[in-house]
Amino acid sequence: MPQIVAHDLVKTYCLGGSIIGALQGVNVEVERGEYLAVTGASGSGKSTFMNLIGALDTPTSGSLKIEGRELGGLGSDQLAAYRNAKIGFVFQTFNLLARTTALDNVALPLLYSRHGHAGAREKAKACLAKVGLAHREGHQPSELSGGQQQRVAIARALVNDPHILLADEPTGALDSHTTEEIIELFEELNESGITVVLVTHEPDIARRAHRRITFRDGKIVDDAS
Amino acid sequence: MNPLASFRVAIDALKMHALRSFLAMLGVIIGVASVIVMVSVASGAGEAIEARIRALGTNVLVIFPGSFTSGGRRAGEGTALALSENDLAAIRASVPTVVGAAGMVSGSAPIVVGNSNWTTSVTGVNADYLDVRDWPLADGRSFTEAELRSGAKVVILGATTARELFGNAPALGEQVRIKNVPFTIIGTLTEKGQSGFGTDQDDTALVPLSTARRRLFGAEQTVPDNLRTIMVEVASAEAMNDTQEEIENLLRQRRHVRPGTPDDFQVRNMAEFIRARSETQSILSVLLGATAAISLVVGGIGIMNIMLVSVTERTKEIGLRMAVGARRRDILSQFLIEAVTLCVTGGLIGLLIGGSAAISMSIWGNWPIALKPGLVVIALLSAGLVGVFFGYYPARRASLMNPIDALRYE
Repeated sequence: MPQIVAHDLVKTYCLGGSIIGALQGVNVEVERGEYLAVTGASGSGKSTFMNLIGALDTPTSGSLKIEGRELGGLGSDQLAAYRNAKIGFVFQTFNLLARTTALDNVALPLLYSRHGHAGAREKAKACLAKVGLAHREGHQPSELSGGQQQRVAIARALVNDPHILLADEPTGALDSHTTEEIIELFEELNESGITVVLVTHEPDIARRAHRRITFRDGKIVDDAS
Repeated sequence: MNPLASFRVAIDALKMHALRSFLAMLGVIIGVASVIVMVSVASGAGEAIEARIRALGTNVLVIFPGSFTSGGRRAGEGTALALSENDLAAIRASVPTVVGAAGMVSGSAPIVVGNSNWTTSVTGVNADYLDVRDWPLADGRSFTEAELRSGAKVVILGATTARELFGNAPALGEQVRIKNVPFTIIGTLTEKGQSGFGTDQDDTALVPLSTARRRLFGAEQTVPDNLRTIMVEVASAEAMNDTQEEIENLLRQRRHVRPGTPDDFQVRNMAEFIRARSETQSILSVLLGATAAISLVVGGIGIMNIMLVSVTERTKEIGLRMAVGARRRDILSQFLIEAVTLCVTGGLIGLLIGGSAAISMSIWGNWPIALKPGLVVIALLSAGLVGVFFGYYPARRASLMNPIDALRYE
């Protein structure tokens, strides 16, 4: 069974009285362990698609099943638990908490996790080590470079052992050298078995994924391996 | 998220804006401090008044003859036909709620001992008097039955009188002369303080009723066994009004007052007079308390304002927390705990300020202050409630945010 199954997925927004169709009937299946790049012009619906998979937003209609479970029928607490346990988010602007150490930033999802806090610090330290920042755990985001901040954000995404890593333009704010490091990190993580969904508009990055889907006007217009 | 973690997150967030947190707290600090001071002052004053009521002897009715009217000529209070022992006996016999009744004859008389003298109110009393007034002896003994019956020349001095005549020397057993009649001092009374009318109740001397009639105020006798005043002790405070009415009816009958004409005697309810004063006092307490409560509410509005600013400012943080798995109730409790922490911390500081203000007022200002431990609990509790009440709306607003909108907020 595919890990992600979207069937006729529709998302519309009301914006200033006019209805905007961000997604207009998307059908796609993603297998466990895939490395998927989602591309398209801005406003094509690629970010909306990712937000629906991450349960940050709810579809207007259609069905979205993750690991066999329909997201549409879940309440807000169940969605929160789903985000906490199954999804790791990486954002373009890192979204780290200011004036909070790297370690505490990484440990943040554990604060809301059902498994309690036993070994939370050790877990967070291990994740920081995995992204090569073990020596920076006491630093605040303002004391870290952009690349380092994004690594902290990735460590945070990994701390709950997610099944799916959702990255929305993760290298958009980074230089080419750092971009390369981050992309390599994603590839490593994908090799360890995590499904990676990477939203990007950079063809170089998209080309390295195993599969590329392209959005235009709220629809998938290309799906290539 | 467990409460301890929420609390730590709240403390960290508050420390991040220390000055702003302090300014937001200021309203609660002032509110709680004023609650403490105002309620302490009000209840201190209330206790002072209650002590006066107790000093008067509670549940006491005082009866004395009213004004005398004859052919349009009206004289002052006490000029009407005097009361008598028969009236006293009738009251005692036919009003069941009366537990004690004391008749008195009183007047002003000079007391002389050696070369010092003191003019005071000398009252002739019967056996019930000290019980009715709830007035214990400091020294010596009360009148015996034999002394009361035979009109013995014995006297019990009030504290002020004893002090004026003897200073600190013992008065017991000494001889004094009242209106040139020699008396032996058999006892002294404990201090009772001021009456509700502001007179010094200790400036007095008590002699047996029969002695007062025969030897001191005999010339004023208009009826046999006359009484200047009757004091009645009533079983309970609730029975006061009914008892007063019954006594009035009884006396109108006995004194043949025709229906439609006013009483030629007066029944005074001492406690009522004091109660009126203490009612004024409690209105004052309520007003003071309300003023303080209003300042606490204003402080709460300040908290709400700051929390709303804080929630808006941290919209992105809220979005992120939701993205990594915070449930609505986690966000709600985070901001609620922040507001309550602000308020309770402010409450504690206010408590210290208000408490020291109240204590210094009682030490240097000589105010009657009653700083009760219960008040401390109430002040902190109400600060916490202010936090919950005024923190709830901002916290709920934070918790109802849509994760993606919150994340995208700029």
